[in-house]
Amino acid sequence: MMRFVRKWLGGDNETRDVVVVLSAALLLWEAGVHLFKPSPLILPAPSAIFAAFLETPGLFMRHLGFTLGMTCIGFALAVVLGVALAVGIVYSRFLERTIYTLLVALNSIPKVALAPLFVIWMGTGPEPKIAIALMLAIFPIVIDTVLGLRSVDPDMLHLARVSKASPWAVLTKIRFPCALPSLFAGMKVAISFALVGAIVGEFVAGSQGIGFQILVAQGQFDTIRVFVSLLLLGLVGTVLFFLVDYAERLLLPWHVSQRARHERSAERV
Amino acid sequence: MAATPYVSLDRVGKTYLSARGPVAALENISLDIRPREFISVVGPSGCGKSTLLKLVGGLENITSGRVTVAGKVLDGTPDRLGMVFQRDVLLDWRTILDNVLLSIEFTRKPRADERERAKALLNRFGLGGFEHRFPWELSGGMRQRASICRALLADPELLLMDEPFGALDAMTRDDLNVELAQIWQDTRKTLLFITHSIVEAVFLSDRVVMMSKAPGVIVDTIAIDLPRPRRLAVRDSAEFAAYVHRIRHHFAELGIVKE
Repeated sequence: MMRFVRKWLGGDNETRDVVVVLSAALLLWEAGVHLFKPSPLILPAPSAIFAAFLETPGLFMRHLGFTLGMTCIGFALAVVLGVALAVGIVYSRFLERTIYTLLVALNSIPKVALAPLFVIWMGTGPEPKIAIALMLAIFPIVIDTVLGLRSVDPDMLHLARVSKASPWAVLTKIRFPCALPSLFAGMKVAISFALVGAIVGEFVAGSQGIGFQILVAQGQFDTIRVFVSLLLLGLVGTVLFFLVDYAERLLLPWHVSQRARHERSAERV
Repeated sequence: MAATPYVSLDRVGKTYLSARGPVAALENISLDIRPREFISVVGPSGCGKSTLLKLVGGLENITSGRVTVAGKVLDGTPDRLGMVFQRDVLLDWRTILDNVLLSIEFTRKPRADERERAKALLNRFGLGGFEHRFPWELSGGMRQRASICRALLADPELLLMDEPFGALDAMTRDDLNVELAQIWQDTRKTLLFITHSIVEAVFLSDRVVMMSKAPGVIVDTIAIDLPRPRRLAVRDSAEFAAYVHRIRHHFAELGIVKE
């Protein structure tokens, strides 16, 4: 038995590491609460948080679904628009000088502060949430994709010219696949940003979503329900990140970062 | 000598604009390459030999003079041109076969017979059985072989090679020299080959063009009259040694190499 545990702990397994570390943290938290007995207004125990979730699971899931929807729509729009913008910026000197300069300048202001403006412009429905998620998510996507589209070996482009390749062929056969690793790096940052954007949108105005739930619970000093919402958000954020990560592994088995993974697993066999 | 040259450079000059004013990279380069001739250009780093190759490939504009390829004054990249670079620039997400087919795929979908030709070429370069592997699974020598196959697939008239074996170890380099000599013997492309290695240049070429630097000028052109097909053993012959000596001695006189 001990030997099995040691073997299980000794290897290199990401999923297991995540489970072990998170469980340990929750256990410590639970033990700490029972030991020091802080006011439940300050810090409730994980078991109490779990129980509170089970009281109204449907309610939480409905609000979580709304937030998840806003996040995914905002993120998807950010990917489509961001990639299109990046291609435009790389191919047009004019767009590079105008849009790209503007984007880089805008990126340095705290965009969350713009959230109330979106409510003025778009009202209190889903639109401002999507728009804020989109606005936060699009920056890393554009900036990383531009970088990726530009980081093509010049000799590869020479080869394309010698072969009389059309600009479209250069984009689809060389530049875009070359940019995919950077695009995924941008998407991993962007998916978390989109979730932040959706929550901020719900904070500012509206009557749905986990962000709204947190506000309501806070108004009632219902710390437990704030924590339920926070843990659900953490869960969803992690799952979303790993979905993008998984898509990357599926689509880019050829990339250097993935190759190292293949080799590591090969060594273990 | 009577044949009209396939490539002709007529008093070609290339000047770059730098922060400190214009820098002459090439000056007054005149060179005729006959059809199906193998020409090597040797010279020290920075003598502009790679620039010379890019000018012939239409990848950079000339500042003065004129380049003619296949009877036409160069405007953009010439037709029926194949190119091999020092790095193999294979695409990591394509198999070896798909990388070779790329030179055709840039303009249209490859036909079935072209796929067969690509496989035959890979076979011939000892890459049979590796068609469906990815570039990163292959050694440097194998990768460079694949990039030569890619250049040959579209059946070019003119091949430009920019130090293609410069990054390989000595033994792989010898192998590839022999294989290139052989494939040139069989296909007789017009070939302009850039190298640092005098031995490589003498082994492969009909004529060796010697360049000096700052600005890049042609200092001499030496015809290599060694029997073909050439095997590696030719490098042990007295004639071969004499050619190598002559070129090295000439570079030494110019103060470019130490003797």
